[in-house]
Amino acid sequence: MDTINGVMWVALGSVLGGTARFWLSGFVARRVGETFPWGTMVVNVSGAFLLGVLAASAASRGIFAAVGPWQFAAIGILGTYTTVSSFSLQTLALARDGEMMRAAGNMVLSLSLCLLAVTGGFVAGSYILG
Amino acid sequence: MQDNISPRLPGSGQTEEHSPPHARRPAWWQILWDKTGSYISVALGSIVGAVARFLVSVLCVSQFGDGFPWGTLFVNVTGSFAIGFYAAVTGPDGRLFVSARQRLFVMVGFCGGYTTFSAFSLETLRFVQSGKAQTALVYLVVSVVTWIASVWVGYALAARFNRL
Repeated sequence: MDTINGVMWVALGSVLGGTARFWLSGFVARRVGETFPWGTMVVNVSGAFLLGVLAASAASRGIFAAVGPWQFAAIGILGTYTTVSSFSLQTLALARDGEMMRAAGNMVLSLSLCLLAVTGGFVAGSYILG
Repeated sequence: MQDNISPRLPGSGQTEEHSPPHARRPAWWQILWDKTGSYISVALGSIVGAVARFLVSVLCVSQFGDGFPWGTLFVNVTGSFAIGFYAAVTGPDGRLFVSARQRLFVMVGFCGGYTTFSAFSLETLRFVQSGKAQTALVYLVVSVVTWIASVWVGYALAARFNRL
């Protein structure tokens, strides 16, 4: 029963997260060009930041400490909003084109910025909520 | 219509094949129709992918406990494999000819919703916060290496399949 509730929350959130990613990554790609996957990176970094904020809320017994809101916003919206598959495919595409520096740059930049963002989100969330 | 998965990839050329111009339909209607269809494809794929990811993580926690995020690692590795295989098999040299909307459903919707970068980031932070910096580093390195390896394996397998 818990799992069925979870599926409903996650499914609801995923519609928002998936369409938001599609819109924003396309928007960024059209604006700055497609030689480097900035769209996916913007999505992943912003998603990691927001998840850090939600985690701080959960840690300080805020609204996201409850199961339903966490499943909806963290697993549903932000889990779907961010993506590893596009990141992997775009890194592979750069490598196959012989753009090794860009492929490596995408990996290093994505990882370091996402980890910084989730930490920053957690600290900011703790500061505001705590 | 872009599929937002780098147009530099093989396969993106195919996404331009849609919609023979309907002479009597106004252009704005056509644009609206295309956009709505794309968003619906992405939304439906996202639901399937996200629910699958959730069920995998529930299953992994029940089987292996929550000491290590096996569920996230599993979805990210298999999702990378799936997108690599599908991108090559539906690309210009691929065996399957599919519509732009089907590519959106599978690649942007399903694979995008099934995999997650945010959960991976938070799990790494949580290892660090609980004093397990070494586990965090192992999780990080193992994740990136297996993601990239599996998208490459998926792509290479599909390329071989295409040549059969």
